[in-house]
Amino acid sequence: MTIIFDGIASGMLLFLISVGLSVTLGLMNFINLAHGAFAMVGGYVCVILLDRLGVPFFAGVVIAALAAAAFGAVLERLLYRRLYGSSALDQVLFSIGLVFVAMAVAHWLFGPAQQPVRIPEWLQGQINLPGADIGIYRAFLVALGAAVALGLHGIIGVTRFGAELRASVDNPRVARGMGIDVDKVFVLTFAIGSGLAGLGGAVGANLLGLDPGFPLRYLVYFLIVVSVGGAGSITGSLVAALIIGICDVAGKYYLPDLGAFIIYTVMVVMLIVRPQGLFGTR
Amino acid sequence: MTDLSASLPAVDTGPLKRAARWRPAEFGFWLLPVAGWFLFPDDLALLTQIAITALFALSLDIVLGYAGMITLGHAAFFGLGAYAAGMMPAYLGIGDPLLGLLAAALVAGLGGFGTSFLVLRGTGLTRLMVTVGIGMMLYEAANKASGFTGGVDGLPGVDMAPVLGLFEFDLYGQTAYIYAVVVLFGMFLIARRIVMSPFGLSLKAIHQNDTRMPALGVSVNSRLRVAWTLGAVFAGVAGALLTQTTQFVALDVLGFSRSAEVLLILILGGAGRLYGALVGTIAFLLLHHVLAGLDPEYWQLWIGLILIGVVLFARDGILGGLARLGARLHLRRARP
Repeated sequence: MTIIFDGIASGMLLFLISVGLSVTLGLMNFINLAHGAFAMVGGYVCVILLDRLGVPFFAGVVIAALAAAAFGAVLERLLYRRLYGSSALDQVLFSIGLVFVAMAVAHWLFGPAQQPVRIPEWLQGQINLPGADIGIYRAFLVALGAAVALGLHGIIGVTRFGAELRASVDNPRVARGMGIDVDKVFVLTFAIGSGLAGLGGAVGANLLGLDPGFPLRYLVYFLIVVSVGGAGSITGSLVAALIIGICDVAGKYYLPDLGAFIIYTVMVVMLIVRPQGLFGTR
Repeated sequence: MTDLSASLPAVDTGPLKRAARWRPAEFGFWLLPVAGWFLFPDDLALLTQIAITALFALSLDIVLGYAGMITLGHAAFFGLGAYAAGMMPAYLGIGDPLLGLLAAALVAGLGGFGTSFLVLRGTGLTRLMVTVGIGMMLYEAANKASGFTGGVDGLPGVDMAPVLGLFEFDLYGQTAYIYAVVVLFGMFLIARRIVMSPFGLSLKAIHQNDTRMPALGVSVNSRLRVAWTLGAVFAGVAGALLTQTTQFVALDVLGFSRSAEVLLILILGGAGRLYGALVGTIAFLLLHHVLAGLDPEYWQLWIGLILIGVVLFARDGILGGLARLGARLHLRRARP
C-alpha cells in the first residue's frame, strides 16, 4: 500500500509539471522540450524566496508559479511565436537549444550544487494508517494535483476562455474573424502552461532535487506522460502520470536490477498499442 | 503473359544521371583528409574521431535529411555496431577488422529492421518518443547486463588483428586514421549512390509530401523502413570504427547525448545534403575545440545559442547558406 501511495504521489507530481506541456503541445501544437526549464525557474525562485528571504511556504510557491508564468509569457512573445508554423524538427531543435542555454545560465547563477529546499514543519512527518504509511507532504501533493486537474478541466471545458482557446487552435483564421484575439489567447495559454510547470518545480524541488541538470534529466519523463496520455488531454496526462509514477516506484522497489528500463518499456509498449495516446484524439 | 515492363513508357533517367555527376568541389573536398594527414600528423586521433563522427552524421542524414524521420535515439544503432564489433574479438576471438565491420553492419541492420516497425507505428511526437524509448532501453539494457557488456566499466579485451592481415594498428594512430577515412569514403560512395538513385528520389518526395506519394502508387512505409534500416547499418559501421580504432567499448556509445549531438551536427552542416553531414562534423568539432578551449564550462551555452540561431536564422545549415550565397553571386553576375 505504501508503495502504491508513493507511486500515486510521484505520479501526481509528474502530472503537475507535465500537464502544462500537454496544454502547449496538444492545444497549441508546439513541441516544447524546454518545458522543464520553466519548472526549474519555478524551483529556483521558490528556493530563493523560502531560504534567503524567509517568505512563507505558500506565498513562495505561488510567487514561483507566477514568475514562471511571466517568464513563459515573455519568451512566447520574443521567441516561441516565431515558430508556431514551423516543422516539428525546428521546434525540437529550438527548444533543446533553449534547454542548454537555461542549464548554462542556472549553472552560472547558482552553481552546480543541489539546492536545499525547506518545507514547513506541519507538512513533514507521516500518518500511520493500518497497512500504509502516508507522508503528509506526499498527501499534499496528491491533493494539489487533483485540484489542478479539476481546475484545468473546468477552465478549458466550461469557461469562455476555454472555448476561445479551442476555437483558436482548431482554426485560427476563423477565430480571428469572430473577433477572438488569438495572439492574446496563445500568450495566456503559454503562460498558464509555464506557470503550472513552475508550480510543479516549486513543490517538487525537494523530491526531485534541484540543480542545473534538472530540465534535461526529467525531460524524457514529461514527454512520456504527454505522449502516453495523449497530447492535449488533461485526463490522459493524469492517468499516464499515475501509471508512470506507480510503475517507477514499484519497479524500483520490487525489481531494482531493472531500474529505469521498466519506464521506457512501459512507454514503448503503450505507444505501440495506442499511438495517439490513451486519451488522444488525433 | 506479356512483359509488363515492356509496355510501360521508358523513364527518362537523364536528370538523375546528370545530378549524380561528380563536381570539382567534391574532388577538392576529398583532398581534405589527405591534407589533414600531412598538416596535422600529431592530431591523427582527433582527425580519426572526425571521420567516425562524420560517418555517423551521414547515417542520420539518410534517415532525417532524406527520409525526413526525426529521431533522438540514433545512438542505439551506433552502440549496437560498437558492441558487435567489440564482441567479435572479445568473445569469439575473431580480430579481423573487416569481418568486425560486417558483423556490426549485420547486427545494427537487424536492429534497425526490427525497430522500424515500432517507429513507423506512430507519427510526430509519438514517433519521436518511440525513438527516445528505444535508445534509452538499449542504454539501460547494456548498463544492467554488465556481465556481458562490461556495463559502465566498458568492454575490455578488444584486440584487433591487422587490417587485411597487413597493416597493424599502431600507437600513433596512422593505420587507424587511414582505415577510418577509407571506410568513410567507401560508405560515402554507397550513400551517394543510394540518394542519387530513383529510390533516393522517392525518399525526398515522401519527405516533401507524404500524402501525395501513396496516390502515385508508392508504398511510403516500406520505403521508410528501408531508409531506417540503411541508416542503422551506416550508424553501426560508424560505431564499429570507433570500437576498432580505440580498441575499447564504453557505455556512452549508446548515450542520449550522442543522439542529440549528432542531430545538432547534421543540422549545423545542413540536413538533406550528403556533404552537410561531413561539413557539420568538421565545423562542430572545430567549434568544440576552440570554444571549449576558451571556457569549457560554457560549451553548453554555446551549443544552445548555436541551435537557436540556426533554427531562427539559418534553417538549412552551413551548406544551405553557402548555396544561397552562391546563387546570389551567380544572379548578380548574370545581370550586372
